[in-house]
Amino acid sequence: MAYLPVGIVLGCIYALSASGLVVTYLTSGIFNFGHGAMGMFMAFLYWQLAVGWGVPWPLAMLIVLLVVAPLFGAAIERSLMRQLYNASLAVQLVVTLGLLLFLLYLADGIWAPTITRRPPDIVPGNFHLFGVSVTWYDVLVLAVSVAAALLLTAFFTRTRAGITMRAVVDDRELAARAGASPDRTAQLSWVLGSFLAGLAGIMIVGGRLQQLDQLNLTILVIYGYAAAVVGRLRNLRLTVVGAMIIGLAQAYAVGYLPVNLLTNLGPVIPIIVLFVALLFIPHGRLATARFGGKTRRLTGLPLSLGGAAAFVLGAWVVSGLLSGGDMIYFGRGLAFGIVFLSLVLLTGYGGQVSAAQMTFAGLGAFFMGKLFGGDSIGGLVAAFVVPAAAGAVLAMIVLRLRGIYLALATVAFAYMMDNLFFNKQLGVGGILKVGRFAVDSQRAFVVEIAVVFAVCAVAILALKRGEFGRRLAAVNDSEVACASLGMSVTGTKVMAFTLAAGVAGLGGALFGGWQHVVSPNEFSWLVSLTVLLIIAIGGLNTVAGAFFAALFFALGPVIQQHLGDPLGIPNLQGLLVGLGAVSLGRNPGGIAGYLADAGEWLRARRSHAPPTQEQVPEEVRVRVAG
Amino acid sequence: MSLDSADLLEEAAPAIELIDVRAGYGRVEVLHGVSLAVERGTVFALLGPNGAGKTTLLNTASGFVRPTSGCVHVAGFHCNDVAPEVLAKAGVASITEGRGVFPNLSVSENLRVFTHAGNESYAAVQERAFDRFPRLGERRNQLAGTLSGGERQMLAMCRAFATEPAVLLIDEISMGLAPMIVHGLYEVVRQLAAEGLTILVVEQFAPVALSVADAAAVMRLGNIVATGKPEDVAASLSEAYLGAAS
Repeated sequence: MAYLPVGIVLGCIYALSASGLVVTYLTSGIFNFGHGAMGMFMAFLYWQLAVGWGVPWPLAMLIVLLVVAPLFGAAIERSLMRQLYNASLAVQLVVTLGLLLFLLYLADGIWAPTITRRPPDIVPGNFHLFGVSVTWYDVLVLAVSVAAALLLTAFFTRTRAGITMRAVVDDRELAARAGASPDRTAQLSWVLGSFLAGLAGIMIVGGRLQQLDQLNLTILVIYGYAAAVVGRLRNLRLTVVGAMIIGLAQAYAVGYLPVNLLTNLGPVIPIIVLFVALLFIPHGRLATARFGGKTRRLTGLPLSLGGAAAFVLGAWVVSGLLSGGDMIYFGRGLAFGIVFLSLVLLTGYGGQVSAAQMTFAGLGAFFMGKLFGGDSIGGLVAAFVVPAAAGAVLAMIVLRLRGIYLALATVAFAYMMDNLFFNKQLGVGGILKVGRFAVDSQRAFVVEIAVVFAVCAVAILALKRGEFGRRLAAVNDSEVACASLGMSVTGTKVMAFTLAAGVAGLGGALFGGWQHVVSPNEFSWLVSLTVLLIIAIGGLNTVAGAFFAALFFALGPVIQQHLGDPLGIPNLQGLLVGLGAVSLGRNPGGIAGYLADAGEWLRARRSHAPPTQEQVPEEVRVRVAG
Repeated sequence: MSLDSADLLEEAAPAIELIDVRAGYGRVEVLHGVSLAVERGTVFALLGPNGAGKTTLLNTASGFVRPTSGCVHVAGFHCNDVAPEVLAKAGVASITEGRGVFPNLSVSENLRVFTHAGNESYAAVQERAFDRFPRLGERRNQLAGTLSGGERQMLAMCRAFATEPAVLLIDEISMGLAPMIVHGLYEVVRQLAAEGLTILVVEQFAPVALSVADAAAVMRLGNIVATGKPEDVAASLSEAYLGAAS
């Protein structure tokens, strides 16, 4: 009984957050991964007004919820989301993930985490109801949530704007034919979503949270995603039910689970609900995640071997020029390059979005360090095999998921592994020693990493040219068509996940060897997301993209040192990653895509201009039209 | 340039006029210079075999496909680059094949969305709709997705009531419906035209459409191959169809 109010209040907050997510997703068709970060940002703004600048709290709340949040939602829709409505799911995903990172690091930059920030105590005191202690704040949250639910229902059934919103959900084109502007309606849904995210964020900080913390707040609002998935991303009533279940489960876990189990399981409960809901709740429309990059010509074996040799040579030469910190960044970039390569195979070629690649890298580092003395070839083999096996298992579990559901499931997997494996095995803040195979000097090890990168790149290009690559591309294009041709969609997907996880494991092991020690936070879900975004910026469907991503990653600390610190921006690289990902809406091919476009343009200029409308033969036109 | 229903009333130009319009999708041109005029208050039947470009023509007139050359005039106004929702507000109601209603909205809610299109009030549109189609009045709280095919077409045609006067573009009324119901719907088309509405119907099911039309045209391979009075067009019809089939 004592835990009932806590559970209900948590449920209410999750419901607020989740309904905002559902409203924007339904109306604009974009699942906003940045929803949680928007809530966090609004909560911080509220704190800044109410505590930082001493504005009376009701006024601060009104300003944030009725002015800032709606304007922010409208601006995001206009500047970013509007160009994404016809983009592939994966680009939408990367852009909203970029929004998440951008807001997170922006908030980190504005409100330095070194100070403890306490939310204003707006309705102090408590009372007893049937022997249970209830705070007045609990009552406020409940009242606000019920009011929000009633208003939302009325909005969607009674007002013209609300009915139009449902009409746009039903049939976007028909809504335009009936004179409703789909763009303006979608914008309204972002305004509403931003408002609800802000409301959820502010409600969290008011009562349960003792201090404001960027990451915690974001995660708390993200917990609402689980509720949204229970509602199948379309049913608001089921969403509220899901939110209540999660809130109550969390509250009662605090009350009844033994302490040692609780510290492990407590924060993961919503994520477990999310994972289970993803697996067992039937989904409606399933779309395949495709990166909108153009189809590129295949790279032949001689070219890829030549490129690989040049790469290793280049790494050897560059490593001779570098020393100290720059050398460390260089090696780190190379090791991460291998993880980027794994994503080129899985997400770029295969269209399977994985936001858990650093988890596999972490497993690689872990088994490299733990098995066969920590520096042997056996360890390196284990660093490939064990993560590969883990990847195969994950693939079999999440097999039927696609698009955002798959991405959510991998995020959930990464988050669970953070809390249940890495934090436990390495200890929170703990470290694990990882050795190097065969060589010891910095320069020799850089060359070793470069060789592994080159071998993986050549292998991945060979896979792409071969039968497996064609199968992967076919599955990416249409699973239904593949299945109807008698191809094993399952086998292809599992294989892609397995190989990618193995390659990521290798990267992790070399990364560990490079640093000598690893700690859990280097493999957290947030790093996995960052890695996914960086490779998307580099260019997801080309090996060259992995190279650019590695370069960007290596240069990150240098940029920070020379640009971020003088400007007083603590995590400039994170901000840049967020910004870059957000800009992908215009250019899904990333940096590699730009360069390839430029190359093709040059080639076309040298040979002849591309055919224009007038040059299409009459015969072709007639055949298509008739 | 302003474009609203008042202008539609005053102007004397044809309700819809296409002059040497070329349009298509990407590099593929579908309409190779089509000219056509629909006079106000008349029913115009556009006939032709599959893939003749009828739907593309309709989508060009309703603003969903931008012409690459030529002119689209609605009530005498040049409308080449006008957004579909703006055209809809000016009185061009287009009903596409098999998707004229919002299935998850009730009948009254559908009408409410339709009133976006014009300056008629929701109450007035509802009254006219239920007056014209009593069956819809009986089912006003039912989800449109649960209506029968004929009832759905009726509901879709209520879009015309939101603007006064209106141009109604209908793609394939007969699609998937029983002949009895098709006859009924064309009876409605005839009545609406008698009330002053301009209607352009695209149809493969030629005889019924011709029986209510004031003028007609036949399309083939992206060109208009015959145009004129319904009885003249009927004569050249078989040639167009058989020619395309070879």
